[in-house]
Amino acid sequence: MKREPVWVRILDWLNDRLQSNKLSELARKKLVPVHKHSFWYLFGGMALFLFLIQVVTGSLLLIYYRSGPESAFESVKFLVSEVPFGWLVRSVHSWSANLMIAILFVHMFSTFLLKSYRKPRELTWITGVLLLFVSMGMGFTGYLLPWNELAFFATKVGTQIAGVLPFLGDFVMKVLRGGDDVTGATLTRFFGFHVFILPAVLALLLGLHVYLVQLHGMSKPPDVERREEKTGKPCPSVPFFPNFIYRDLIAWIFVLVVLVGLAVLAAWELGVRADPLAPAPAGIMPEWYFVFMFQTLKMFPAHVGPFEGEQLAIVGFILAGLFWMFVPFLDRSSPEGARGKLFTVLGICAIAYIGVMTLVSYLVG
Amino acid sequence: MEKDKVSRRQFLNALLGTGLFAGLLGSVYAAVRYVIPPDVPEASPSMVVAARVGELNPGTAKIFRFGAKPGLLLRLPDGSYRAFSAICTHLDCTVQYRSDMAHIWCACHDGHYDLNGVNISGPPPRPLDKFGVIIKGEEIFVSREG
Repeated sequence: MKREPVWVRILDWLNDRLQSNKLSELARKKLVPVHKHSFWYLFGGMALFLFLIQVVTGSLLLIYYRSGPESAFESVKFLVSEVPFGWLVRSVHSWSANLMIAILFVHMFSTFLLKSYRKPRELTWITGVLLLFVSMGMGFTGYLLPWNELAFFATKVGTQIAGVLPFLGDFVMKVLRGGDDVTGATLTRFFGFHVFILPAVLALLLGLHVYLVQLHGMSKPPDVERREEKTGKPCPSVPFFPNFIYRDLIAWIFVLVVLVGLAVLAAWELGVRADPLAPAPAGIMPEWYFVFMFQTLKMFPAHVGPFEGEQLAIVGFILAGLFWMFVPFLDRSSPEGARGKLFTVLGICAIAYIGVMTLVSYLVG
Repeated sequence: MEKDKVSRRQFLNALLGTGLFAGLLGSVYAAVRYVIPPDVPEASPSMVVAARVGELNPGTAKIFRFGAKPGLLLRLPDGSYRAFSAICTHLDCTVQYRSDMAHIWCACHDGHYDLNGVNISGPPPRPLDKFGVIIKGEEIFVSREG
């Protein structure tokens, strides 16, 4: 009898131990609905792909990065100017972080407008919103690590914003800064948050989020469900494996092409070394995904009645964030599958507000 | 009578549950205390040398170090000096003197202060902290008592 090739025997051996055929069987049985909104299903996968790129490039950056106010800027400068492909690794890391947050916003708003947060997916929505918040935290902490001028002042403002929170402000600011001011202690803390604490939280949330998506399957939008009820015919679907995975792969390749294109053609700049005694430079701005809040703070009057303007604005943002997170419990019409028009309008208003404020900030400065 | 007795399982559950809860509480308390940095007494001088006489031309300014914080020394067009804390009262950015505007400006959120340090436009809620300026020999001293 002819013996099978070595690699087939190795695969069989692994399969016996890992039972991977059970997993692939499960993936074949899992169905993904196909309808006119199916396109939006791809964004979660794209964000996951970019997260994996973040992990790989972040690990590579760690090989050269030296934390500390005296060494951080110099080590990044060395990385981008001397290390072969150092500029590319850093550029891909920065661009993929930004693309990931952009895709998370698209994923979140599409999920919101398609009402995917309805029962039984409330926890999927909440873990998703938390994932966006943690990702923004990753962006905020990572921004400071090269210890350049723009990042220094953005961190100063960002942590001071936390400081004006009622009751908890001083505590939060001190914990973030590691003291009263943004110093080397802040850099050390942000490094710890960025490379371990936040990624650990993110991995846990991501695991739970993906598990919930697998458990409940893809949500069908209300109009698709209504059509199913009307016609009595189920919405067409394709197996998750291999059909949907192929679509995912095409989206991932598209993301990769855009990412590499951006990283090569618009390499991420390093800027000027932070000088804690220098005045804030003109044109200072946080990362684009914080700009709508930055612009709101800029336009808010110094005092509104007995309150300080910034305090009121920040409390407003926190309440809006909480409201957004608990939407599945607030949109009363959603459990029955009816379209909660008010919440659709609120979603569109939120998109318009973020878009307009961001545009105003970039155009008017 | 038997029913009122606490079973071995219940006793163990209560013991382990209480132990775990107390352990968790203690760990959380220690972790929270750990992340709050201890207060390190920092040198906070009441007076520093901010510049030398002749260093600043009329209508210019410089940032100087006052302990661990930045200060702003201004030389007005008439040749007199004024000094303020350079920390914007809005969100902690470092302000600067803009000769083209002839007043103090914060780049972070477009806050404006006049030459007395009073907030005149933008989001800053309060005037800048004012310092005293004393000229002794060739040196310009700035003191906390404005």
